[in-house]
Amino acid sequence: MRTGEPSVPRWAWVPAAAGGLLVLLPLVALLAKVPWSDFGGLVTSESARVALWLSLRTAAASTLLCLLLGTPMALVLARSSFRGLGLLRAGVLVPLVLPPVVGGIALLATFGRRGLMGHALEVAGVQVAFSTIAVVLAQTFVALPFLVTSLEGALRTAGRRYESVAASLGARPTRVLFRVTLPLVLPGLVSGAVLAFARALGEFGATITFAGSLQGVTRTLPLEIYLQREVDPDAAVALSVLLMAVAVVIIVVARRDRSAW
Amino acid sequence: MNTHPTEPLAALALPRGPRTSLRSITAIAATTLLAGSLAACGSDTKKDESTTLTVYAASSLKTVFEQLATEFEADHKGVKLSFNFAGSSDLVAQIQQGAPADVFASADTKNMQKLIGTALAPAAFATNTLEIAVPTDNPAHVRTLADLTTKGVQLVTCAPEVPCGAAAATVETNAKLDWKPVSEEQSVADVLGKVEAGDADAGLVYVTDVKAAGDKVVGIEIPGKVNAVNTYPIAALDGSKNADLAAAWVALVTGAEGQKVLAAAGFGKA
Amino acid sequence: MSGALQVELDVADRDVRLALRIEPGETVALLGPNGAGKSTLLGVVAGALRDGASRVALGDRSLADGTTWVAPYDRGIGLLAQDALLFPHLSVAANVAFGPQAHGVRRAEARRLAEAWLERVGCTDLRRRKPGQLSGGQAQRVAIARALAADPAVLLLDEPMAALDVDARPALRQLLREVLRDRTAVIATHDVLDALLLADRVVVLEGGRVVEDGPTTEVLARPRSAFAARVAGLNLVAGQWASGVLVGERSVSGSAHDGLVDGDDAVAAFRPSAVSVYAEAPAGSPRNAWPVTVTAIEPSADQIRVLAGRLSALVTPQAAAELRLAPGSEVVFVVKANEVEIYPR
Repeated sequence: MRTGEPSVPRWAWVPAAAGGLLVLLPLVALLAKVPWSDFGGLVTSESARVALWLSLRTAAASTLLCLLLGTPMALVLARSSFRGLGLLRAGVLVPLVLPPVVGGIALLATFGRRGLMGHALEVAGVQVAFSTIAVVLAQTFVALPFLVTSLEGALRTAGRRYESVAASLGARPTRVLFRVTLPLVLPGLVSGAVLAFARALGEFGATITFAGSLQGVTRTLPLEIYLQREVDPDAAVALSVLLMAVAVVIIVVARRDRSAW
Repeated sequence: MNTHPTEPLAALALPRGPRTSLRSITAIAATTLLAGSLAACGSDTKKDESTTLTVYAASSLKTVFEQLATEFEADHKGVKLSFNFAGSSDLVAQIQQGAPADVFASADTKNMQKLIGTALAPAAFATNTLEIAVPTDNPAHVRTLADLTTKGVQLVTCAPEVPCGAAAATVETNAKLDWKPVSEEQSVADVLGKVEAGDADAGLVYVTDVKAAGDKVVGIEIPGKVNAVNTYPIAALDGSKNADLAAAWVALVTGAEGQKVLAAAGFGKA
Repeated sequence: MSGALQVELDVADRDVRLALRIEPGETVALLGPNGAGKSTLLGVVAGALRDGASRVALGDRSLADGTTWVAPYDRGIGLLAQDALLFPHLSVAANVAFGPQAHGVRRAEARRLAEAWLERVGCTDLRRRKPGQLSGGQAQRVAIARALAADPAVLLLDEPMAALDVDARPALRQLLREVLRDRTAVIATHDVLDALLLADRVVVLEGGRVVEDGPTTEVLARPRSAFAARVAGLNLVAGQWASGVLVGERSVSGSAHDGLVDGDDAVAAFRPSAVSVYAEAPAGSPRNAWPVTVTAIEPSADQIRVLAGRLSALVTPQAAAELRLAPGSEVVFVVKANEVEIYPR
């Protein structure tokens, strides 16, 4: 069914179209630059496959970590009140505005060998720098705000009324969380996770600064693209298109799951 | 100047019909974007009072070139130098896309060769060699190249795809060693950063980088017979509106004064 | 039954200060204007509001006082709000089984309990539906089943019918009447019919204080507070049901509630605005035409309230002038039968 009256003012189409073009034209231009005859070979080279596989693994791990840490964070931000909560919320959002490179420097200062926690980690026998763990940490650092804000918004919209009812039926907070709250905000949770995954997949600056770059260990697809640019711009373009395709597939699949829900 | 931004506004008001076609919207949007970018360009180049000479140069040349710029501007009244320091291959890509550069100085000959036809008579003006950089306390007690292959020594190099990595590979072959870096970085700055932070026990960077880092890292020389030598070429670019000034800058860099400053920064003779 | 519910409220920032004791099995209607403190009272009892100076006890178990605080989930106090608030992602049956499962009842047993409660509220055939597929009345029935399946010691009802269509209310009221019998319950309402038909006792709140407290019929028939007078301005005629007519002080015809049997105690209710005042009995012999003597006349907003014993009518000032109404006037009160509702008592 269609609504009878268009509710979008006609003039709004013009800036909307300009914005759409601004985003889509470069993507089209990129597609036009792809050496399609070599495409298969370029995206299936060993370094490309290794980088893609590493990207998918680390982005999945980061998304999982975002869910494990970000869900409780969103709950605290949306459902509790204490002094300094506003400051905490602002702090959590900082990675959104921080240049990723600076994020990488900050992570080095924390988890690096001479960082804040470096000694403790070394004693514990954990080596973060130059490991895949560092990649996951860097991606989680930049992706977490996406999950937290998206979920916090969903929690606020959902309100607490269902939770009060569940409590009046004798459900303890943990049961309320898993049986009522999370199912209610599932769409927000899914879209937050998709955003976080997409952000993790595209993460570059913090990774290269904090984790380094080594094939199969820390060189994710974006790092591989940047490196290939030095020697083979065609390969870089082809890999970029591959990354775009992966992102589009994930967003489409997640969207479909949500509408089914 | 203000006429440019108003034009798109007038265009916005044009289509009053009941149905605005997508095509006209697209056209308007394109006009808006174009006019915007033209206006932006205009403001950059139209300072008539002084001439600006735009120099694209490899990052490692930053200190030297900025020092020489003071001198150059003193000798050429009304001339301002504008620098773009970045990785040589980034700069090449920008120049190929039509960036308005007058002079290009590359950290290697390979990138300069990509500009055949555009670069006018490239001249080698400096060389750079590699050095081992270690944190000030040298925690892994690195003293020689061979120490880099010791198990547990966290070595960081540039990736073979970039010039400093290619040089590192040359050293590795020359010295008949086989090291396993924990990371192959994109640029010298990335390698140096990790050594400075102490996360890497050793890194392979240019002599000039160690010098520029001051007392944040310690440099360990690599014997000349196994070291890799990078040659820096410089060239004025075809299509420059300031060809004379461009030539003058190339002359300054390749001349005695330029060589003195380069040597002080750790560069070798070409 | 776990003893009387005792509440002592002292919420300074809402200016609510009152004490209330509700006996086991008693259903109390809370009447009062908006902001009188009804929601505060329910909130404090349910544990949704926490206030150090208030005390809540159920029997000899303290739920809240200066040192104790029992979390809402551990109070055994059920809630039924205006909106059914069925969990939208669970089926009707799963909604009803939620309470038992939260109390540790095994899934199969919880499902069986849910079935039993759904049958009790007449919603067995809805068990597989999602809440989005229910009407407002159906959803509220399921909500009642869900609240009761959790076996609460006390049930709090906050305007349980306010969000329903007028048509859906009588049936739901009847259901509540059945399930609240012998149950400790507090029902906050604006609707005097809820109080009349569901509650044993009426407590009227105004400005955060209890201004009236007594058996339902007494408070509604002889209201002393301004608010009770306004809402209870409803005309009530008590009597017995006999051959389709309520026989009491007067004979009253009206829409009878399902299930009335001859000889049942019943009460007829109609609004003063439904009463027309005539100088003489009108032609066409309406079924409800009662000759009365006017006892008092008072302004009510921009209308005139005409009192005749326990009955009252609302007329326009013009009508009052034309009829030359004054205390002692002999007039006829006429009410259409379809404006009168007759309920079992």
